[in-house]
Amino acid sequence: MTFQDIFQIALFFLLLIGLTPVLGNYMYKVFSGEKHIMLSVLGWLEKLTYKFTGVDSEEESNWKSYTFGLLMFNFIGFVFVFLIQLIQSHLPLNPANLPNVSWHSAFNTSVSFMTNTNWQGYAGETTLSYFVQMIGLTVQNFVSAATGIAVLLALIRGISRKTTDKLGNFWTDLTRSTLYVLIPLSILLAIVLVGQGVVQNFKTYDTVHTLQGAQQIIPMGPAASQIAIKQLGTNGGGFFNSNSAHPFENPTPFTNFLEMLAILLIPASLTYTYGKMVGSTRHGWTIFTVMMILFCAGLSISLYAEYSANPVFGHLHLMEGKETRFGIANSVLWSTSTTAASNGSVNAMHDSLSPISGMIAIINLMVGEVIFGGVGAGLYGMVIFIILTVFIAGLMVGRTPEYLGKKIQAFEVQMAIIAVLAPNFVILLFSAWASVSNAGLAGLNNAGPHGLTEILYAFSSAAGNNGSAFAGLNANTLFYNLSLGIGMLVGRFGVILPVMAIAGSMAGKKITPLSAGTFRTDNSLFIILLIGVILIVGGLTHFPALSLGPIIEHLLMNNGITF
Amino acid sequence: MGTKQKIILFNKNIVLQAAKDSIIKLNPALLIRNPVIFIVALGSVLTTIIVFAGIFKGNFSSFNLQIAIWLWFTVLFANFAEAIAEGRGKAQADSLRKNRTQTKARKLVGKEEVSVFATELKKGDIVICESGNVIPSDGEVIEGIASVDESAITGESAPVIRESGGDRSAVTGGTKVISDQILVRITTEPGSTFIDRMITLVEGAKRKKTPNEIALSILLSGLTIIFLLAVVTLPAFFGYSLAASGLPLSQNLTIPILIALLVCLIPTTIGGLLSAIGISGMDRLIQRNVIATSGRAIEAAGDVDVLLLDKTGTITLGNRMATDFIPAEGVTVEELADAAQLSSLSDETPEGRSIVILAKEKFNIRGRKVHHLQASFIPFSAQSRMSGVDIKTINGKLHQVRKGSSEAIRTFVQNNNGFYPQKIMDIVSELARQGATPLVVAENNRILGVIHLKDIVKGGIKQRFAELRKMGIKTVMITGDNPLTAAAIAAEAGVDDFMAEATPEDKLRRIREEQAKGHLVGMIGDGTNDAPALAQADIGIAMNSGTQAAREAGNMVDLDSNPTKLIEVVEVGKQLLMTRGSLTTFSIANDVAKYFAIIPAIAISLYSGRNGIGPLSALNIMNLGSPQSAILSAVIFNAIIIILLVPLALKGVRYKPVSANAALTRNLLIFGLGGIIAPFIGIKLIDLLINL
Repeated sequence: MTFQDIFQIALFFLLLIGLTPVLGNYMYKVFSGEKHIMLSVLGWLEKLTYKFTGVDSEEESNWKSYTFGLLMFNFIGFVFVFLIQLIQSHLPLNPANLPNVSWHSAFNTSVSFMTNTNWQGYAGETTLSYFVQMIGLTVQNFVSAATGIAVLLALIRGISRKTTDKLGNFWTDLTRSTLYVLIPLSILLAIVLVGQGVVQNFKTYDTVHTLQGAQQIIPMGPAASQIAIKQLGTNGGGFFNSNSAHPFENPTPFTNFLEMLAILLIPASLTYTYGKMVGSTRHGWTIFTVMMILFCAGLSISLYAEYSANPVFGHLHLMEGKETRFGIANSVLWSTSTTAASNGSVNAMHDSLSPISGMIAIINLMVGEVIFGGVGAGLYGMVIFIILTVFIAGLMVGRTPEYLGKKIQAFEVQMAIIAVLAPNFVILLFSAWASVSNAGLAGLNNAGPHGLTEILYAFSSAAGNNGSAFAGLNANTLFYNLSLGIGMLVGRFGVILPVMAIAGSMAGKKITPLSAGTFRTDNSLFIILLIGVILIVGGLTHFPALSLGPIIEHLLMNNGITF
Repeated sequence: MGTKQKIILFNKNIVLQAAKDSIIKLNPALLIRNPVIFIVALGSVLTTIIVFAGIFKGNFSSFNLQIAIWLWFTVLFANFAEAIAEGRGKAQADSLRKNRTQTKARKLVGKEEVSVFATELKKGDIVICESGNVIPSDGEVIEGIASVDESAITGESAPVIRESGGDRSAVTGGTKVISDQILVRITTEPGSTFIDRMITLVEGAKRKKTPNEIALSILLSGLTIIFLLAVVTLPAFFGYSLAASGLPLSQNLTIPILIALLVCLIPTTIGGLLSAIGISGMDRLIQRNVIATSGRAIEAAGDVDVLLLDKTGTITLGNRMATDFIPAEGVTVEELADAAQLSSLSDETPEGRSIVILAKEKFNIRGRKVHHLQASFIPFSAQSRMSGVDIKTINGKLHQVRKGSSEAIRTFVQNNNGFYPQKIMDIVSELARQGATPLVVAENNRILGVIHLKDIVKGGIKQRFAELRKMGIKTVMITGDNPLTAAAIAAEAGVDDFMAEATPEDKLRRIREEQAKGHLVGMIGDGTNDAPALAQADIGIAMNSGTQAAREAGNMVDLDSNPTKLIEVVEVGKQLLMTRGSLTTFSIANDVAKYFAIIPAIAISLYSGRNGIGPLSALNIMNLGSPQSAILSAVIFNAIIIILLVPLALKGVRYKPVSANAALTRNLLIFGLGGIIAPFIGIKLIDLLINL
């Protein structure tokens, strides 16, 4: 690693740590209804939205009707995106005259964008029209992220309120997070990206003649606006097929740095918002620290694996599939960020990562996308692990377990277990199915343990609502489109529903005041415990499968065998 | 049940009985109550079938047989843990049953006395009991006073007084009247008497899972499902890998190996010990002579963070003691001491006795017999509020010596045309401010001085409260004293807060207030007027000496009627929860080592070259002898760790009154870190033994 690499990584972390309380505090003000600067700029729009939709922003609902509103909203979004793909050739803004999409690909894509996964079984520039990308996908990029925040806000209210059944208003939460957080940040980022050379137009694709005399099609389109939100909203669905490895999506080292920072910015800042809203910024920083430690551990191992010599290729660094313009450090920092944060955008091909850094990427997905994770989703997933940690370890202080004053009882444990089970169910059962069925094996481009890793990665990515792919797998088939689509649904709503149930149950409880006998959730001991539970519960489940995939591949590579 | 019975963890009879019971408990209907162990049992059955099928097909596998045997042992060991915990309770229940022999009762019908069996008595019946009779059922004394031997339930041989009215009216079926006669109104239906309930409780036969136990069972079942998923999907990944390494699919993982892996991963240790931990928690309470009406109450005890403690008996010794004589002007201290002693010679109250003793110790004034002095004793009465002696001197003059409250003596002296000095009034109010009780002594029309009666704070109680504070528990002293006195004693004892001039209604209100703030409140009480507060408190301990109403209202009964018990009960609750958490952590932490034993063993052939040793053998960091011995060692370790931890489950983890953080650090080091390391050592040792 060069000095520039180390300097850049250090700068990345410093900015992230520095921005967390700033944006976190701003979001705290937005979500708790306090005065904030954007109110004077966009406040009229919020009021207009409520007037137009007939929402009473003051009216609060219990967890069931909050969840019902959320599900209906998502369902309508899904149907809309599904339908416009089926008839895109008849719709405007289709200068490339792209044909209608197959039903299963349309199903997969609409589920994918509704669930904030942004798994792309299709290739953007050769499949979807500008209309579908803008009106369908970009809109979902915003609202799927806002949905994640809404679930988190309901959970926060469940924890911080006492003896009530009111968890807030879904429509208000959705509107505020979109209007005051996602839109301003996206506009800001999009403008900078355009300034750096990211395309933003409605032109038809250019055809150019290369020096060799061959013809080359240069795709165009409104990319910058979608890229900004795909990074900030941990969506990850690229405008172009090669995602942020495409020079029109990610032209300069500066855009690369900004886009990486944008991946982690909101999930990291939400830890601060969370802490402040539940009444303990210390607890917020504790969660941040846990995420940061896991993140840095993964990053360090990945960097080490990439820089250590591969015996097969002599002593060269592994450059295959890397972002050659920005170097290994930037490729690995991006791959770690995008898998940790449930983003899924890529600037390097994960299929070509060394076995161990590929494994780190999968582990990031497999532990349930809680290392920063998706916008809102990462944090409520982390709260599930916190509940399990508090329940297992809390007993050791001699009291029945409690989290922030709320007793953790059978119902919460049951829901937490369901939330942990749902994604694991998808990863293990579907991967097992794919690895023995012809339909599953047909999509593989690589043999041996690497092929198994590709399958595991695909389903982990779907279940974790990440959306990145180990590019070796051809997933635009009926089998993968459907199984991954179902996987994304289970991975998203199999967690959201229990989380909402927990929020509802917690809201009705009393708050036990803090004392010396309380199990602390804001000190270094808790950090160790939480990391331990995440690794043991999240990691041990997958150790057998991983040992047959990346671990064995790594060991074989050291013996000189590659796949 | 002896009060100070030594806690014997195992004796031969209990162990033999438990060994028998652990086989009876193989009944699927009983096993299903414990999902984790039920899964192990299913695995054992399946493996056994495979072993026998192998014999019939002529390819007997001794490896499979060994796996099957150890899986069965895992189930049996878990059953044994539960059985031995129950066995100790059963032994206690049997000794209780002996006291419930078929007794005859003398039932009153109108004015007639009818002899009926005790079991025929209904609620509301009235029976006569006199010396030598066994009280036939639980009830309340409605007439008379008697001394009762309650050793059958308390183990305490000294008889106690039971009388109608007041706070000592409850009698328990199975106890024996030693003197006098009482009329008892029966207050319970047959079959649900105190002793019946005790027997059910200690036997644990109808034991319901407590809320936290249910929640933990859900967690354990959840983990079991997760690991079940990991194991059932493994053959698919394994099959893929076999195909990729060019090996035949017939080499795929066998069912016994998959079951072995599953059993090692699911939390069998805590699953097997969970109910033993719960039963033994109840058992530890019973050893302290406290009967809880439900296991839920013990858990709540661990959560209690506010304790309402009665001053008398808990914080101070029950009685005030004389500590000083302060003479009035013109009176020598010896004269005062002499008069004070005279007035107290026949006073059998502890205060009176302490005055006699103080005079003897301090001024060497010997006690005298009242009748030698031709004196008559004037006992304390609610009207006069003083006591003393009248002595006729030889010349026929009457000496009236009195001691009593300032007000009462003032009236007495003024009636005798004496006067009450201002100085005495000052001393009296000064002593009251210090938290003491002043008694004024007078002879005829003359004030002699003041006796300083002091509430003696129990030794070590301040230390105890400091410990409670460290554990995050707030102590509130309840007293009928005036605020000045209460404040002084509260400061001396080191309680966090106090309630002076507290009425039962005040107590109830205070409990509701604390609960509204989210606290869990524990209290101990005895009187009928304590009943509402006992019922409202999260932990209400009724003293056995108290009224039936109090005993019904609380969720625990303290047979020793010792107010300090509340603190011990909290400790038992905390220890129970700690034990549960520690063993859960241990159980889950064990999985790490088991992976490193089993995964390299089963995957050794994958992607192997000519030598048959594949790359995953690099994970065999314990360097175990062979793949088969590695799997077997993990299964054996998994089984015997249950048996090894039975004593810990029964005794509970070592308990110290420290802060949550300190307790967590300690338990985490022992059971978390220990849980990761111990199986590495254990499995390696077993592997060495197998390969000898």
